[in-house]
Amino acid sequence: MALHDLTVAELAARLASKEVSAVEAAKHFLARAKVHESLGAYLATDEDVTLSQARAADERIASGDKAALLGVPMAHKDIFVTRDFPSTAGSKMLEGYRSPFDATVVGKLAAAGVVTLGKLNCDEFAMGSSNENSAFHPVKNPWDTSRIPGGSSGGSAVAVAARLAPATTGTDTGGSIRQPASFCGITGIKPTYGRASRYGMIAFASSLDQAGPMARTAEDCALLLSAMCGPDPDRDSTSLDVPAEDFTASLGASIEGLRIGVPTEFFGEGLSRDVRSAIDAALAEYVKLGAKLVEVSLPRTELAIPVYYIIAPAEASSNLSRFDGVKFGHRAKQYGDLLDMYKKTRAEGFGDEVKRRIMIGTYVLSHGYYDAYYLQAQKIRRMIADDFQQAFRQCDVIAGPVAPTVAWKLGEHGNDPLADYLADIFTLPGSLAGLPGMSIPCGFGAGRMPVGLQLLGNYFAEGRLLNAAHRFQQATDFHLRKPEGY
Amino acid sequence: MTAKLIQGYEVVIGFETHAQLSTQSKIFSRAPTAFGAEPNTQACAVDLALPGTLPVMNRGAVERAIEFGLAVNAAIAPKSIFARKNYFYPDLPKGYQISQYEIPVVQGGVVEFYLETGKGADAARERKSVRLVRAHLEEDAGKSLHEDFVGQSGIDLNRAGTPLLEIVTEPDMRSSDEAVAYAKELHKIVTWIGICDGNMQEGSFRCDANVSVRKPGGPLGTRREIKNLNSFKFMQQAIDYEIRWQIEEIEDGRAIQQATVLFDPDTGETRAMRTKEDAADYRYFPDPDLPPLVVPPEWVERVRSEMAELPRVMAARFVKDYGLPEYDATTLTQSKAMAAYFEAAAKASGQPKLASNWIMGELSRRLNLEDRDISTCPVTPDQLAWAIGRIVDGTINSNAAKKVLDTLWAGQASMVANLTMPMVQVTAGAAAHKTVDDLIDSLGLKQMNDAGALEKIVDDVIAANPDNVAQFRAGKDKAFNALVGQAMKASKGKANPAQVNELLKKKLG
Amino acid sequence: MALTPQDIARIANLARLELNPSESERMLTQINGFFDIVEKMRAVDTSGVEPLSHPVAAIQDVALRLREDVASEPDNREANQRSAPAVERGLFLVPKVIE
Repeated sequence: MALHDLTVAELAARLASKEVSAVEAAKHFLARAKVHESLGAYLATDEDVTLSQARAADERIASGDKAALLGVPMAHKDIFVTRDFPSTAGSKMLEGYRSPFDATVVGKLAAAGVVTLGKLNCDEFAMGSSNENSAFHPVKNPWDTSRIPGGSSGGSAVAVAARLAPATTGTDTGGSIRQPASFCGITGIKPTYGRASRYGMIAFASSLDQAGPMARTAEDCALLLSAMCGPDPDRDSTSLDVPAEDFTASLGASIEGLRIGVPTEFFGEGLSRDVRSAIDAALAEYVKLGAKLVEVSLPRTELAIPVYYIIAPAEASSNLSRFDGVKFGHRAKQYGDLLDMYKKTRAEGFGDEVKRRIMIGTYVLSHGYYDAYYLQAQKIRRMIADDFQQAFRQCDVIAGPVAPTVAWKLGEHGNDPLADYLADIFTLPGSLAGLPGMSIPCGFGAGRMPVGLQLLGNYFAEGRLLNAAHRFQQATDFHLRKPEGY
Repeated sequence: MTAKLIQGYEVVIGFETHAQLSTQSKIFSRAPTAFGAEPNTQACAVDLALPGTLPVMNRGAVERAIEFGLAVNAAIAPKSIFARKNYFYPDLPKGYQISQYEIPVVQGGVVEFYLETGKGADAARERKSVRLVRAHLEEDAGKSLHEDFVGQSGIDLNRAGTPLLEIVTEPDMRSSDEAVAYAKELHKIVTWIGICDGNMQEGSFRCDANVSVRKPGGPLGTRREIKNLNSFKFMQQAIDYEIRWQIEEIEDGRAIQQATVLFDPDTGETRAMRTKEDAADYRYFPDPDLPPLVVPPEWVERVRSEMAELPRVMAARFVKDYGLPEYDATTLTQSKAMAAYFEAAAKASGQPKLASNWIMGELSRRLNLEDRDISTCPVTPDQLAWAIGRIVDGTINSNAAKKVLDTLWAGQASMVANLTMPMVQVTAGAAAHKTVDDLIDSLGLKQMNDAGALEKIVDDVIAANPDNVAQFRAGKDKAFNALVGQAMKASKGKANPAQVNELLKKKLG
Repeated sequence: MALTPQDIARIANLARLELNPSESERMLTQINGFFDIVEKMRAVDTSGVEPLSHPVAAIQDVALRLREDVASEPDNREANQRSAPAVERGLFLVPKVIE
């Protein structure tokens, strides 16, 4: 079996037994990244840095260090700041920016032995659902390179799907791990809000952003998530005092009697028939495995769209104010006074979607509109979270589609940014409530494009989600499929 | 008693004071807060708002806010919220300031003080009370340096993130005198309880004055805000100028526009800053990076139990326990150091009123002249107490005591330089007493109590000053004092004034 | 709630974004389209509902963590200023700030 077809778990075992060295593994993936450069997944690589990390990992292995991910190569979404690679957030505003510190999550993975392959392309400042908003170049779906991979963690999803890295990190604010995972036929998980540190994640929407792993199997995600999660009291005030957990421990538990809630509102007219078939089939599979399907209702599902697209841009508009050309990042070359410097710098540094969201966010926070928009949205947000609590009284996990369709064509939503927003309908509610959520491959739809099944759990129930995902993957093989030519 | 109107207008003043809290580290980061470091050497990643950074709250800042709230009898909010105040400025790295908006940590409170009015025969002291709306925690911004760069400004973010307590009053003040007296009292409170070093030159205590005028009984006038007043003298000048300016504008038929103004100490004038049209739209919203601040009652009670006696409470105690007049008690509690000095001297001498007089009089005069604090006073409480004792037991008179102080004052300065053991040992207790007594002897200051010698001097003075004697007999009291003065002079200051008085009266009938 | 070109200009100014006329026009259309979706949110009856700031506060109280007052960040100026557009003698340079 080719090195790049091994799962993280398998690769980690081979590294530990010294069947393969960290340097070999790193070189292998760097070579593949180069060969498949046209997919646009990577924004930055640095062979010297990667190999030096790999050599250090090999030394640790030689000395008997038994860290779980020693020598495993991974690439990071360019939302995570890294000392050794530039961090751009997919934006011209940060082209060439070098952070003096690593994101906490990057540091935790490095402590566990991970070797960094490079930084991955994403929608600018994580704003987007197609990775077409990257300031540098779009990312192509390896299953059909005329289609989007999804976003905002498009580069992260493609790298895994095309085997350019065994696993990657992504971030999910409104679905940015789950949706690209679904569109690219891989597995991804977003933990409970507050479970993974946000320190070092270039902020988009503070009350929604979360880091998560993207890989090919639930087992890999469990391994990686265990290393990524944990309290960060020194650096992140929103990080919860929930101790780190070994999410692999309950992977094999029986799911006999597992109550799977199926929200009525996720199966309405907007859901395309091909996706619906794949989802129905997946649910039938779960019933075969002993689970029970329970109809539940999430009545405010549709409201999640305006609520999210008020709260996220509002927080973003404030978070992005620090990009002013003074301390770091882009500064316009020509300008008059200070005001002019600000305006030109920001006009040049930010792309259209970012500007749009800054404008919306600024408006909904402005004098006279705060109560009607931002405050109202935060109240409805609580109602949405309460709806989930109601649903979880009747079920253990909630399952449904990730997106209404499979991946659309590059440029298809070009003139209509709203089309992107509306396609987020199934992932937004879980994001607003801060619940853990996964996407696992469960079939194929139109154009033979992958379809993902979304699993949502109650707060802190990542173990149960991964268990449900793992049992499905033991009985099916969608997660093992890969696009032709990779 | 209402304040005087100025040209028929009533003055309405409210204050916003920013007190830098005396923590070691910044409010949301672990960078140091010490003043005077090289630019940007105390601005860490969080302070610079580098991408990916997040705020983490400093317990010491919260504790100091609680202390302040208790000192002014305010309510401490069990739960308060941090909010972002959004605006663009180069010294504001994040493009927003983390502050508190709808729910501050300290709510209400009152600052009480005396306002001295009038002069001479009309002098009076009025008890004033200024209500506080709130005090909240927020972060300070950095600094812009304009002088060294042509067409550019240099930004130093060392100060960015220093914890501030913003203290807001109701518009209760009615004169610049009252406003300055309030500011001084507030300054005393924050330095007394130790939450702020009060160094106004370094920017630790900055006041903004909101000033408006109106005809009595009329609606509130439009106010202008004088920003960043960092000396009491400038505060007075600025407010006085602003009042006159506003009245003149109104009298000339022009409406006052709301504005932020700066005081120029060189010209003595206030001048409106460049108008920032959207300055008002800060788009406040709760900071999603910071959950609510919870202050449980146990914490408040612990702080309350550990707090030092507050100046007002101590002053009341001085009145009760030492029988001091309120004026003395208030003056002596102007700082912890002075109050401690007084109590030590009062207890050691058993003469609280005399101790008070000497501290408020001679000692304060010398301290003010040399611009020094009582904590560096060359005369120790024990020495003062002993000298007072020697006055009371008649060994010396007041003039002699002043001479002792002079010598101690000057001598101590050189003594300190040569000291090998701590001052305390030399200057307290029996050693202190001996120092004073030695000085009395070596300077020949012992009072002349010998009745015979004294009587001879008095007789000589009466004989030598027939005009004064005649004037006194004619009813001029001043002439009597002149005779006393002559007798004191003849005795080289050593005569017991009381005895001189008695003898003269006896002899002149 | 339809926005006007004046609104766009005001917001762009608040957000320190320079928009050329065609950008402003496009922004106006797109944002107004967005607010059409948002309108139904405004009509929802939320009386008595507290806003949800930290998601997990839906099920448990989340309070601000406090750290001890210790100054432990060393001087890291050089690394911190590595990506600065304009620095002289340790100061960040900007066009002159007029008060």
